[in-house]
Amino acid sequence: MAATSLAAHVTPLEAGAPVAAAAFLGETPALALDDGHILLFVPDGPRRVAAHPCAAILATAATKKAFFTGGDDGRVRATAADGTVQEIADEKGQWIDALAARDDGAAAWSSGKKVCARDAAGNTAAFAAPSSVRGLAFMPKGYRLAIAHYGGATLWFPNAAAPPERFEWKGSHLSITASPDGRFLVTAMQENTLHAWRIADKKEMRMSGYPAKTRSLSWSSDGDWLATSGADAAIVWPFKDKEGPLGKAPLECGLRPAQVSCAAFRPKSPVVAQGYSDGVILLCRVPDGAIVIVRPFAESLGAITALTWDRNGGRLLFGAADGAAGLLEMPR
Amino acid sequence: MNEKIPVTVLTGYLGAGKTTLLNRILSEGHGQRFAVIVNEFGEIGIDNGLVIGADEEVFEMNNGCVCCTVRGDLIRIIEGLLKRRSRFDAIIVETTGLADPAPVAQTFFADAAVREAARLDAVVTVADAKFLAERLRDAPEAKTQIAFADVIILNKIDLVDAVAIHDTEARIRAINPYAKLLKASKCAVPLDAILGRNAFDLERILEIEPGFLDGEGHHDHHGHAGDGHGHAGAAAPLAHHHGEEMQSVSMSIEGDVHPEKFLPWLQDYIQKEGASILRSKGILSFKDEQKRFVFQGVHMLLEGELQREWKPGEKRLSKLVFIGRNLNAEEIRQGFAACKA
Repeated sequence: MAATSLAAHVTPLEAGAPVAAAAFLGETPALALDDGHILLFVPDGPRRVAAHPCAAILATAATKKAFFTGGDDGRVRATAADGTVQEIADEKGQWIDALAARDDGAAAWSSGKKVCARDAAGNTAAFAAPSSVRGLAFMPKGYRLAIAHYGGATLWFPNAAAPPERFEWKGSHLSITASPDGRFLVTAMQENTLHAWRIADKKEMRMSGYPAKTRSLSWSSDGDWLATSGADAAIVWPFKDKEGPLGKAPLECGLRPAQVSCAAFRPKSPVVAQGYSDGVILLCRVPDGAIVIVRPFAESLGAITALTWDRNGGRLLFGAADGAAGLLEMPR
Repeated sequence: MNEKIPVTVLTGYLGAGKTTLLNRILSEGHGQRFAVIVNEFGEIGIDNGLVIGADEEVFEMNNGCVCCTVRGDLIRIIEGLLKRRSRFDAIIVETTGLADPAPVAQTFFADAAVREAARLDAVVTVADAKFLAERLRDAPEAKTQIAFADVIILNKIDLVDAVAIHDTEARIRAINPYAKLLKASKCAVPLDAILGRNAFDLERILEIEPGFLDGEGHHDHHGHAGDGHGHAGAAAPLAHHHGEEMQSVSMSIEGDVHPEKFLPWLQDYIQKEGASILRSKGILSFKDEQKRFVFQGVHMLLEGELQREWKPGEKRLSKLVFIGRNLNAEEIRQGFAACKA
């Protein structure tokens, strides 16, 4: 079976260092690199900005205007499409372990157990989590932060006196995401499982069977599906029902002899872009599983470590562990 | 792929001299660059560019195995360090004086990403020659650190007399006859005796324990499987320390064992008693198998493989050793003896 290929529509890019994350700042494709740089693909050629000089980028979050990065220099910085770098925080050398940001300019970061949130107006608030924090996400509604830590997750209103709400489940929770409608909270765990809570009644769901840790979680724009990495196919869980994925089997998209390392739902369409540990990238349509090749297999390619769509789903930017990168422009 | 990063774990009771050893390693590292993960961050000056403070967050893996604890902070730190892979050659993890080395070691077995990038080189325990004997009586942590060690530095020997050193050595050997034991003052030991040990490399189980296979070492392997001898195989010459709840049990079978009997027995026994077994190692001669089977374990985590072929003329022996707390030597011996081919 010969799958359709979009490989001819991919422009290869050279990142020159392992890629930590990808984003579109406005129309500008941008890559955050492990070596502390942000690479901006502006019309007159790539521009390399030292967001964290002589340091490594450990955590990233992107908004439509800025790439937020946290480094092992203890700094949180925001790099804009024009190359200006704004310092958001300096945690005095403490590693920045997790980061979240949203389009109004609010950001949150953690180092160890300490979580800080900074709203769009620049007011900061701090919270001491019960253990080290590995994942942060803003809730879709309200100025509320979801925090993943050992033993569960916490929802915190940085600017309100309301006590934080705790969601308990034994084990180490590494990353966190909330469904676009704000009904479900999902964490990826050390033990190669996902854990979900329905926020309203804390009803719990376990989504297991992964051979590796899930490091990439992506919601379809309608919130009906959650695509995840960590298996030799993209594992896509149905969240449309009131009960979420409870008692339902996930879709397995693009089964291959390599693990999916990144998954990114295309905005406004039921298509998942999925990158593999062997450097291959496929597009997979949900729910029928039809496949289109973006980056075909070749010997000794690095794992895909970053994958993101622009806001209209017209372009897909990717980066890999070996410093390779590329930009797919979807044919009209 | 890149070579795996060697990781040396430094343990030792409070005041034994861990920081002295650490600074010695860093200043005499002969061009090796280290990333150092410390606990009392910033308290004592450490002369190294890449020092990371850790929280020593120990948690249970949610996998039904109660003693499978790992260091969550270590997983996070090693993942972060991998982004600076070109800036260091090896990692040193310094634990607090009261720490159990097992969660550190288990982190390198239990986390796939860590295991892929790094390998545990050795657990090095620094002990105070003057106070160790006392600590072994009143501090279970000190006992665990000695039992777990691949290398033990008996430090500050200049502060005690020969009789006391001999006695302390005997106590150490009663608990752990297999570790390399170095006597020193101010932790002045050759670095190649503590770094690059490959103590967790199945390939090198023999090299690092010269007395392990030949049975002729300074410790006597009484516990020959099947001989019905009531004496635990723990460090027989040091019989006056048999009261130790922490001990080693070693035994051997001349000739082959049945793999289809041995492997299930080992799995079951480790599953049942793993909480009290700190370390286990073995070299087995399987019936009708040209290659030696070697295994090692930390509590309930086991790894084993068929290794090199038995050499022509080499005596086919099956040997195993457990180091742990309140081990039932008789039960182990009987279980092992039943596997004889």
